[in-house]
Amino acid sequence: MPQMNMVQAVNEALRSAMRRDKRVVVMGEDVGKVGGVFRVTAGLSEEFGEARVVDTPLSENGIVGCAVGMALYGMVPVVEIQFADFIWPAYDQIVNELAKFRYRSGGEYPAKLVIRTPVGGGIKGGHYHSQHPESAFIHVAGLKVVCPSNPYDAKGLLLASIQDPDPILFFEPKRVYRAAKGEVPENDYVVPLGVAKVVRPGRHVTVLAYGAMLYEALDAAAKASEKGVEAEVIDLRTLWPVDIATIVTSVKQTGRLVVVHEAPRTCGFGAELVSLVTERCFYHLEAPPVRVTGFDTPFPYTLEMEYMPLSHRILPALLDCAKS
Amino acid sequence: MDMMPDIPATFRPEQPAKVIRVLSDDGTLDPRHDPRLTEPEVLEIYRWMVTTRQLDERLVALQRQGRIGFHVGSLGEEAAIIGSAFAMRKTDWLFPCYREFGAALMRGLGLQKFMDNMFGNANDTVLGRQMPNHITSRATGFTSVSSPVGTQITQAVGFSWGAKIDGKDIASLVYFGDGATSSSDFHSGMNFAGVFKVPVVFLCRNNGWAISVPVERQTATRTFAEKAAAYGFPGVRVDGNDVFAMVSVVREAVRRGEQGLGPTLVEAITYRMGGHSTNDDPNRYRATDDLKPWAERDPLERLRQYLERRRLWDDAREQALIAEVDRNFRAAVAVAEKTPPPPLESMFEDVYEKPPWHLEEQRAEMLRGPRPPSAH
Repeated sequence: MPQMNMVQAVNEALRSAMRRDKRVVVMGEDVGKVGGVFRVTAGLSEEFGEARVVDTPLSENGIVGCAVGMALYGMVPVVEIQFADFIWPAYDQIVNELAKFRYRSGGEYPAKLVIRTPVGGGIKGGHYHSQHPESAFIHVAGLKVVCPSNPYDAKGLLLASIQDPDPILFFEPKRVYRAAKGEVPENDYVVPLGVAKVVRPGRHVTVLAYGAMLYEALDAAAKASEKGVEAEVIDLRTLWPVDIATIVTSVKQTGRLVVVHEAPRTCGFGAELVSLVTERCFYHLEAPPVRVTGFDTPFPYTLEMEYMPLSHRILPALLDCAKS
Repeated sequence: MDMMPDIPATFRPEQPAKVIRVLSDDGTLDPRHDPRLTEPEVLEIYRWMVTTRQLDERLVALQRQGRIGFHVGSLGEEAAIIGSAFAMRKTDWLFPCYREFGAALMRGLGLQKFMDNMFGNANDTVLGRQMPNHITSRATGFTSVSSPVGTQITQAVGFSWGAKIDGKDIASLVYFGDGATSSSDFHSGMNFAGVFKVPVVFLCRNNGWAISVPVERQTATRTFAEKAAAYGFPGVRVDGNDVFAMVSVVREAVRRGEQGLGPTLVEAITYRMGGHSTNDDPNRYRATDDLKPWAERDPLERLRQYLERRRLWDDAREQALIAEVDRNFRAAVAVAEKTPPPPLESMFEDVYEKPPWHLEEQRAEMLRGPRPPSAH
């Protein structure tokens, strides 16, 4: 099996989906000749031509609005928003149009497309190249939200997302785009949506993480283990609809919960996860659930490592939670 | 422009394009733009214009009686709406704003379906999930109405662009008002359509008003049509109360698309003779006198005079048509009003193709009750 990084794995998935289905169209800023600013779409323009790999004008609102129209026609657009921080001009089209078309048309116009976009900090990108805005999309009825952490899942989840009948926000953690490497099968496979993965079993405390923060959680878990605390780390993979069964099973065993995410804390996904767990596992909980998250500030440039919920912040939270 | 004497004359906008008009006051048709409609075609168009207006008036009454919650009509804009829709090929697609129920009916929506939507009942295509007039009709090539203005513009472009990638020649006719020309979707849609030469007819119904705000507050340009120049394709101004001119101009726009020349912006100059919707009182911001010149150019009156001059229409036929519309309307309302509301569980369907676990849980919670105090 070839070794790949996430950039290559996503590229593989796109290439394979475009070969199999002529309705699949890739569109976005710089996705053509240059292959995207992260090179995720490299080589696609050469293989599939400019009509199906479209360098668009610089307008997120235009890209997504047109992609919705293409989806209504029956194409399957896979849109790239260059950085998640630039997605907001398209928010109306995503929230009021894309996410609502099936519902508001009584099922006559399912609008299916995938919006891929790099998320997260730790790359010296400042506020406009670092945001991790999943909760603003999880909150929206009609959307599914995916965030892989490794190349194998990235390919399998993207292929599953392209096949899925519903609109999907596919968040790619750019901090580990090239750092996360692994074996990726050359053939097609899917990683089913809505299924989390226990990546490190443990009996003392459950840690929920996704994307780039999974590696921070694993690092903290390894250090905690040296101190006798065994953390069970779950990679959520699909953020919404989240795999509640796997989470509940774990927390009922450990009785303790730590949630990690880069996005700001207030109304972040952690708030929902803690509520879901509390509603279902209240009598199993031995300690208050803990959120280790980005702060409720804009994403800072110079002090970004202070902002990020990295291992150094996860470890004490995890030990405290396990011991309280 | 006199306010800006420093600007060299060469930078001044050109004179606005002339307004294309076909039906003159004496009832003759300008041969340069005459769409050469057959007599049955003109009669069909007239019948749909009358039907649209009759329904508008009855729906306003129904709302005033408290039997439906809302209506947003097309009083005075029937020629712009029916004429443009008539000019499209059967295989083309319509992207409505929210005043175009007449176009949907002409393309085969069916009066009962429309009334089911106005009552939001169990037979409503969209199962009462939207306000009245927010219709959907895939079978007739009519998309889904949403209330925010302009969002349909980029979608229309994407639709025909997708068809183009798929090797099909399908034009889109997208309706919007003068207010929507201020939206980002107008700019994006026009820009993308120009760049990718997509066969779209951008139909701006310049009806003078965006709720209470006049056109002067939407743009500093003298016309809406001239905006097309900034996107690299033609913009034409047309008498929106002249159905012959509407058919002619929109047909020409479709032909341009067919030939691979891309989009056209059509500014249909008309007037919103009613309020923005049943929730609006236009007397708060405009004088009744403002309506006079437009009442004299009423699109139905003008077409009727044309037909009567040719002995294709008379009072008896008019009364018969109105009676027929009234009969059909009453029958459809009677059925729609008796039809129960959509089933409770329908609230949770079509959010996704299949309800995920959280919607299954919430559906069960809702079905367990308690029920709200007022009926549906």
